[in-house]
Amino acid sequence: MTSAGRRRRRDAVNNVMLTLTGLSTLLICGLLFFVLGYLFLKGASTLDWAFFTELPKPVGETGGGMANAIVGSAKMLALATAIGVPIGFLGGVYLAEYGQKGFAFVVQYLTDLLNGVPSIVIGIFAYTVVVLRMHHFSTLAGGVALGIMMIPIAVRSTEEFLHAVPRGLREGALALGAPKWRMLATVVVPAAKQGIITGIMLDLARVAGETAPLLFTSFGNQFWSPGFNQPAASLPAMIFKYATSPYADWHRQAFAAGFVLLMLILTINVSARLILSRSRLSRAR
Amino acid sequence: MLVTLALVYELWVNSALSRHQFGWHFFVTQTWDPVAGQFGALPFIYGTVVTSMVALVLAVPAGVGAAIFLSELAPRKLSDAMTFLIELLAAVPSVIYGVIGMFVLLPVIKEYAYPALKNTLGWTPLFQGPFYGVSFLSAGIVLAVMILPFIVSVSRQVLMAVPQDQREGALALGATKWEMTWKVVVPFAKQGIFGSIFLALARALGETMAVTMVIGNDPKIHASLFAPGYSIAAIIANEFTEATSDAYISSLINLGLVLFALTIVINGVARLLIHATSRHSAQPA
Repeated sequence: MTSAGRRRRRDAVNNVMLTLTGLSTLLICGLLFFVLGYLFLKGASTLDWAFFTELPKPVGETGGGMANAIVGSAKMLALATAIGVPIGFLGGVYLAEYGQKGFAFVVQYLTDLLNGVPSIVIGIFAYTVVVLRMHHFSTLAGGVALGIMMIPIAVRSTEEFLHAVPRGLREGALALGAPKWRMLATVVVPAAKQGIITGIMLDLARVAGETAPLLFTSFGNQFWSPGFNQPAASLPAMIFKYATSPYADWHRQAFAAGFVLLMLILTINVSARLILSRSRLSRAR
Repeated sequence: MLVTLALVYELWVNSALSRHQFGWHFFVTQTWDPVAGQFGALPFIYGTVVTSMVALVLAVPAGVGAAIFLSELAPRKLSDAMTFLIELLAAVPSVIYGVIGMFVLLPVIKEYAYPALKNTLGWTPLFQGPFYGVSFLSAGIVLAVMILPFIVSVSRQVLMAVPQDQREGALALGATKWEMTWKVVVPFAKQGIFGSIFLALARALGETMAVTMVIGNDPKIHASLFAPGYSIAAIIANEFTEATSDAYISSLINLGLVLFALTIVINGVARLLIHATSRHSAQPA
């Protein structure tokens, strides 16, 4: 083959692969728009006020809403935040500021492993620890399961943003005679605050859509669930139940619920990422 | 931290009964008959492995291709925007993928993909028998979509960590952009890319809701991908709240333990691989 011919072939391979890889990227991005568009078409059209304000109706009656599931989800997420964030935050502070080499590595490794544990296994754990001891399903158990899921990411993001705080700030505080805890509480943590909060928002968005661990911890409920001690409905579990049911009207509701859940999660995600990239830009300047 | 250890402990204790009763036999018998008190885990392990493999076969080429495009070939701005979209795709909760899978994917496969596959590959044992929609194949496809974002974003990070002078060296020798990517950059990042694949595999194994909704929930072993099956996570989700006898529930917890062990091992391998690449490239070449 002449050298010009070979050159042409190499260029052709180059272009073909460029197109192929580009196409697979487009395909993946297209998937997101497809998911969004489909849920919008199916879900938004049936969304009305009743969805947010009414209880589910029995099979056969049309209408009704998922107010109890929305409140249930909110309660569990609040509980999960109350459990997962303090533990995760303190763990992250420990890893970033106090950790000794050997032990910190073990803690870090275990945290990473916990992050990789399938959510359903976390559900079993919450079941054996909370549900078996209390002898019934409850909002509390669901909150515990979600809280455990929040820990690893809370640890990670706290650690990461504390590491990003410039050394000069720490040394300045120490030079003024502040003890280490004082330096952390008044200088380092406030400096990293924004990052940590957005990290926690992302964390919350992740567990908000979790279904598997809720099936046998908070179980589900067609009615209001007062307090934290009774089985409660949650949006993701309702979607599962309604979508796998044989009733067309329930399918319709499942799409509406899916749309609401997805919008909520994507909104949190987009705003958290925007805040993050903006603060990164200003730091780079 | 402590939570991880507590988790292992609880799972171990609560599955003791089934381990005691069935021993290693548990993993190799095929009968799952709660009424007769027969519990064999093989169909579920088989289903979990098969669906994950299907997912990997489908997702790896597209995912790695997209990662290469984003890190090497695409202009910076386009790459950033698309990475953002792909990361949003990772935030979509699994129950939503399940809903889409049930209502969109199943009819599409049944209408178009099934006849095509049957006609071209019908002679292999993998593509035989009747098709009801719910199957290993459908579960694999949904899983593939779900793990794509993870493969893309981790592979992309690994590729971006390849030192710039490697690229410049290749280009200076007259390589086309594709040759540079394929012969220099990708081999350099190979370990990390494998790491991202393992990470995705661990996700796929533990994924519950979407699989439960499309796999068909039939506890038998079929060679054909068109047949319905069952996975570990799916059976836990479906039967945990209905398990009546102690042996039943302890068998389910034992399955959870299996899943836990599998994902821990795979995650551990993945982290080692990714860690090795990033350290490798941090050293000056």
